[in-house]
Amino acid sequence: MAFDVPQVEMPKQTPEERVNNFDEVALGYTEEQAVQEASRCLGCKNPQCIKGCPVDVDIPSFIELIKTEKYVEAAAKIKETNALPAICGRVCPQENQCQKRCVLGVRSEPVAIGRLERFAADYERKHGEPSKPVKGERLGRVAVVGAGPAGLTVTADLLMRGYDVEVFESLHEAGGVLMYGIPEFRLPKAIVQAEVDYVKSLGAKIHLDATIGRLHTISELFESGFQAVFIGSGAGLPRFLNVPGENLKGIYSANEFLIRTNLMKAYRFPEYRTPITVGRNVAVIGGGNVAMDSARCAKRLGAENVYIVYRRGREELPAREEEVENAEDEDVIFRLLNNPVRFIGDDRGYVTEMECIGMKLGEPDDSGRRRPIEVEGSEFLMEVDNVVVAIGQTPNPLIQQTTEGLEVTRWGTIVTDEETMKTSIDAVYAGGDVVSGAATVISAMGAGRRAARAIHEYLTQSHSAT
Amino acid sequence: MYRITEKQEIQPNINMFKVYAPAVSKKAEPGQFVIIRSNERGERMPMTIAGTEPDEGTVTIYFAEVGASSKELGALGEGDDILNFSGPLGNAIPIEEYGNVLCIAGGVFQGANYYLSKRLHEADNEVTNVICVPSEDHLFLLDEVESVSKNVLVATDDAANGVNLPELLEKVFKETSFDRVFTFGPTSMQRLVAETTRPLGIPTRVALFPIMVDGTGMCGACRVTVGGATRFACIDGPEFDGHLVDFDELISRMRYYTAQEKIAMVLHERRIV
Repeated sequence: MAFDVPQVEMPKQTPEERVNNFDEVALGYTEEQAVQEASRCLGCKNPQCIKGCPVDVDIPSFIELIKTEKYVEAAAKIKETNALPAICGRVCPQENQCQKRCVLGVRSEPVAIGRLERFAADYERKHGEPSKPVKGERLGRVAVVGAGPAGLTVTADLLMRGYDVEVFESLHEAGGVLMYGIPEFRLPKAIVQAEVDYVKSLGAKIHLDATIGRLHTISELFESGFQAVFIGSGAGLPRFLNVPGENLKGIYSANEFLIRTNLMKAYRFPEYRTPITVGRNVAVIGGGNVAMDSARCAKRLGAENVYIVYRRGREELPAREEEVENAEDEDVIFRLLNNPVRFIGDDRGYVTEMECIGMKLGEPDDSGRRRPIEVEGSEFLMEVDNVVVAIGQTPNPLIQQTTEGLEVTRWGTIVTDEETMKTSIDAVYAGGDVVSGAATVISAMGAGRRAARAIHEYLTQSHSAT
Repeated sequence: MYRITEKQEIQPNINMFKVYAPAVSKKAEPGQFVIIRSNERGERMPMTIAGTEPDEGTVTIYFAEVGASSKELGALGEGDDILNFSGPLGNAIPIEEYGNVLCIAGGVFQGANYYLSKRLHEADNEVTNVICVPSEDHLFLLDEVESVSKNVLVATDDAANGVNLPELLEKVFKETSFDRVFTFGPTSMQRLVAETTRPLGIPTRVALFPIMVDGTGMCGACRVTVGGATRFACIDGPEFDGHLVDFDELISRMRYYTAQEKIAMVLHERRIV
């Protein structure tokens, strides 16, 4: 019967309402809706969905628990392998992972696994018991660099395996990209805080304001008694277009635009002291999730016209379809197959115009996407008050520069073994964007899980050897 | 939280803090900076380190109260806590035996300049200092600077009672040949220094402080054009070759938020927010 029943829709704020606030857009399932959606799950004997999950969540079991209204137990089931379910339920690209493999999807819509995960986690946060530190004999001390998705996952996993874990975070809040990058309306900061608090409740010690590579080096961490180190320092440096006029005032990297807005709460300036400027016309360069986030922030910060300027076509947008639709619903204007060639400013150094060139798609390149080619003579000017450059990041070099023997690629990412996430240095592991380049929250968490397993194996072996 | 263990009001708008941050104190070197956030709503403010006292676990900073955020910081006293104190950030200035060095400092950067002069002196350099202030009552740490220098000269904007910087520099460079110049201070002053030494071919290092947010390379707000390439002051600097810096662009970018800063200041003074 489930084959012809569609997914239960999740309520959302209307576009008219939500462009005027930073509150969460998607409102989450009610209990009734969750049970109804959970009932669509066929409970396959050989569940394909789990194979699509980078952190091996036992999906059919948690959905079965929701079906029988055991919501707290459902959340506990997810947390056996995923420390951050309220986050994953919101930002994972489920359509390319678990839900893509759901057999229901062959003939109708897959089970809305992400929405159910979010429901269970949200329910447990409101109604569950607080967790307690993991007790018992300590197996060793591990330092984790960066309190983002990869670092928090390694931390939770190792705490549960019986290690003492200390996390070194550069910024003044834990959470990494979850805190500074993904906007409030997509992932409320109170939810990130609650997930961080959960990891702390397991016994994690988090040092804020601690930039590894400056305050301490990796070798100093070993000297102070840590037996293994995990590096999850993230994607780091913003990439720019390297075209004339890019340093005019009014041109932001997406990192800066989002850090000011999300981490520093510039949308509440001057109550919060960090300013941001958003004029009438804002052009966001790029087509990924970060570009969509920036465009939707600009809209909420008061811009009249927000453009996504992307050098390929709609089919090629790297952002999640859901995020593209959200942006379209909020009247973000897509200027596809265009690329900026220079920026023009006024006599005070503020950007006023952007010259673009039209593009067409040629043969597929190394990434498998069709290569954009400039169309000669198609240059045109766009009026802009602000530009947000969202074309990606390169890894932060601080740790690589200060760690002798750490092998890196020519792009600056850290080289690791794919399965164990071990680097070229013994007892040093790495994962997340600093290894893969900018990718997803869940792939970073998957890397964190693999690293935690490998660190545990390494430390138990070295213990039995001595 | 980081405790303010000592506070001195140097001048009506300039304060000195010693802040208890033992790990930072152990590691910091001249030229590096910290990022300070005084409270939950505060900005992340970069401030140059002006000394460390590793035995006490403290770091010394001097700062001018120029906006709402720095006024809020200045309102704190001994025994109060600062919410965030992140560092040391940026690259340290390499301390080598350069020979005859000239350190030129302006305004609140007299603190950072003393820290650098002291280290250069300890590394057997012959240090001359030029301190540039609006008038002589803006001088501080003068005795300390004198104790590590062969010679200390003062330039003032108050020309009636002294000599201004361009004139003083002309005289100094006529009389002495220097192997290297370091300059901490207002950007327009640093530009003047760089323009003066360029025809003389004296290597001139400028410590730049553009607008920053995270201070660790993430945001790119602090991008500066150096030798035609975009560099980030926080991780590539803050010290650069003064002859290669695009000062026009830098000064323009530093004025980005002037309007917002004024709004915040007025609302702060009227105690509205």
